[in-house]
Amino acid sequence: MPTCDLSGFAEAIASGEIDVVDLTFTLSPDFPVIVMPPEIGQSAPVRIEEISRYDAAGPAWYWNNLSFGEHTGTHFDAPVHWYTGRDLPNNSVDTLPTRHMIAPAIVIDCTREAVADADFLLTVPFLERWETAYGRIPVGAWVLMRTDWSKKDWRAYSNLGDDGAHTPGPDAAAMQWLVIERDILGFGTETIGTDAGQGGHLDPPYPAHHFLHGNGKYGLQCLTNLDRLPVRGSVLVAAPLKVQRGSGSPLRVLALVPKEVA
Amino acid sequence: MTDPIAPPRRKDPLKRTRQPTLPPAERSRKAHGLIRPAAEGRFMLPRCGECGTFHYPPREACPACLSFNVKLADAPAGGILASETTIRVPSEVYFRERAPWRAGIVTLDCGPAVIAHLHADCTLGARVTLSLQLDRSGQAVAFAHPATRTPNMADDRQWRELTADPKFRRVLVTDARGPVGLAAVKALKAAGAGTVFAGVPEQWKPFAGEAELRTLEGVSIVPLDVRDDRSVRDLAADIGAKVDILVNTAAHIRPGGVLDRDGLNVVREELETGYLGLARLAQAFGPVMRARGADGVNSAAAWVNILSVYALANLPAYGAWSASQAACLSLGQSLRASFRPGGLKVVNVFTGPLDIEWFQTEPPPKVAPAALARAVVDALQRGLEDVFVGDVAQDIHARFIADPKALERELAG
Ligand SMILES: [Zn+2]
Repeated sequence: MPTCDLSGFAEAIASGEIDVVDLTFTLSPDFPVIVMPPEIGQSAPVRIEEISRYDAAGPAWYWNNLSFGEHTGTHFDAPVHWYTGRDLPNNSVDTLPTRHMIAPAIVIDCTREAVADADFLLTVPFLERWETAYGRIPVGAWVLMRTDWSKKDWRAYSNLGDDGAHTPGPDAAAMQWLVIERDILGFGTETIGTDAGQGGHLDPPYPAHHFLHGNGKYGLQCLTNLDRLPVRGSVLVAAPLKVQRGSGSPLRVLALVPKEVA
Repeated sequence: MTDPIAPPRRKDPLKRTRQPTLPPAERSRKAHGLIRPAAEGRFMLPRCGECGTFHYPPREACPACLSFNVKLADAPAGGILASETTIRVPSEVYFRERAPWRAGIVTLDCGPAVIAHLHADCTLGARVTLSLQLDRSGQAVAFAHPATRTPNMADDRQWRELTADPKFRRVLVTDARGPVGLAAVKALKAAGAGTVFAGVPEQWKPFAGEAELRTLEGVSIVPLDVRDDRSVRDLAADIGAKVDILVNTAAHIRPGGVLDRDGLNVVREELETGYLGLARLAQAFGPVMRARGADGVNSAAAWVNILSVYALANLPAYGAWSASQAACLSLGQSLRASFRPGGLKVVNVFTGPLDIEWFQTEPPPKVAPAALARAVVDALQRGLEDVFVGDVAQDIHARFIADPKALERELAG
């Protein structure tokens, strides 16, 4: 007698008792990509080039060639992406433990703060207040920072000024606390990076990348529909492409949300 | 005087678009020597190295002393219109469609008598100035202008057949994000272009000239990323039939040769924007432009490539980028042949280092984006096909013509 009722689970999905929420942006050429100083290496953007479309190049079939950087669209960051995670075991997307691809998620709603301040930084006191209201952040969970940033047009979404991007993210202490004190699985955002747009000026620079990947944790960015998730009680399915020694990849992120908590 | 051309009306969708036809293209191989001066806007004639006599049409030997030592030389372009005729029912389809057509014989001050197409303001016995022009077949012909300016001179019907004047034409500037694109948009508007479509890739990224671009009258900012198939095709679907002149300003300029770089990403980006960008634009916009070569006052007229003069001979300090420019030059030659049935010009505007951030460390003289833009407009107005902008480009071109191998060694430092 199995302890888990997988057929019951499948029935709950089929019946809609469990909602399946797509947290993924459509992978498209015009979606903003992280911007680097022009004299250093750049991520290739997403390109979709038609091979044939029921035409002379292929009379009965339609297909495309795809190309993109590992960190384009809604995408996953593996520990090997950052220097702090370079020596960890199983640190790339092809060696990622499969059980980490399905995990619970909690949502920290920073919408009000992000509206007030594009450079809003998530802090430890903010997280402690969240725990007072909703309980302790579970070990092995995805922590998703909701800002509704995904609802903006692309220009406001990337929000580039002459001093770089202005988008919200975690501060260094909050990131260290989540990773060390709460032993989360990973951290997810709606913005282009797990770090704030001005995160390069924090100490250490890019603290989300620094602490997450240095401790074998993961990143998810360019998420959408976080407003359709409950604060607690959802489960994420986030399986990156199995790219050889890949540092990350675009992926489909699905959230399983039981009807009663939605 | 010439009646000014009126802004073209919108097309009657019930009328068939007139198909392009071409003037007769047969010439002697000797006569092909006049194509280069015509393309560059120089008035050159065969001149005897022994006795100094100019002659026309080009022959193997000097008609005065029979010497075979004949070379093209810059010639004084002034003369007298000695005879003129108006052909009312020409036998060639191209001329018949454009009849009546005026032609005449000009006696040049430097000697030869030359059969020329005539500007309407040239009168019998009056002084005229000749120029060599490329006709729609890409062959060199002589054109006589009045020696002094007359009102609305550029609107002359026969002259406009030989040029790609932007007046009333709609122009796509493919990348207006940088200083060259912005300068081109402004210069084309100042030259009387109709709508100028200003392509801007990645509109979510702000850029320096954006506020100014948005204030320009008659400029339509359109999404265009030449590195993206779909972006190019989507824009062509919207405005392809309204582009009379395309000016490709998209460029990805980076210093260094391939040994100065780690991996091929930058090389690929140069080719993606330069060579493949040009190929994408040509596939998306070329066929309809070619089909609209005789579509009235605002017929499709020209395709403009802005190229580095180091497309001719590699500058190792920008070695990989120079190579990508050489690829664009070769593709440009292919496009000339492809556009020929439509009678369109492919204009290659060669420049030396520009006064922009990617040539920051290059010594002067550098070409200002506004000067480059003026050269583009001048080439279109004069019907040129090869233009060398600024001292560096002219010097490199002259040395390339003289001795490409010596130039290669000299550029290697
Ligand atoms: Zn002679």
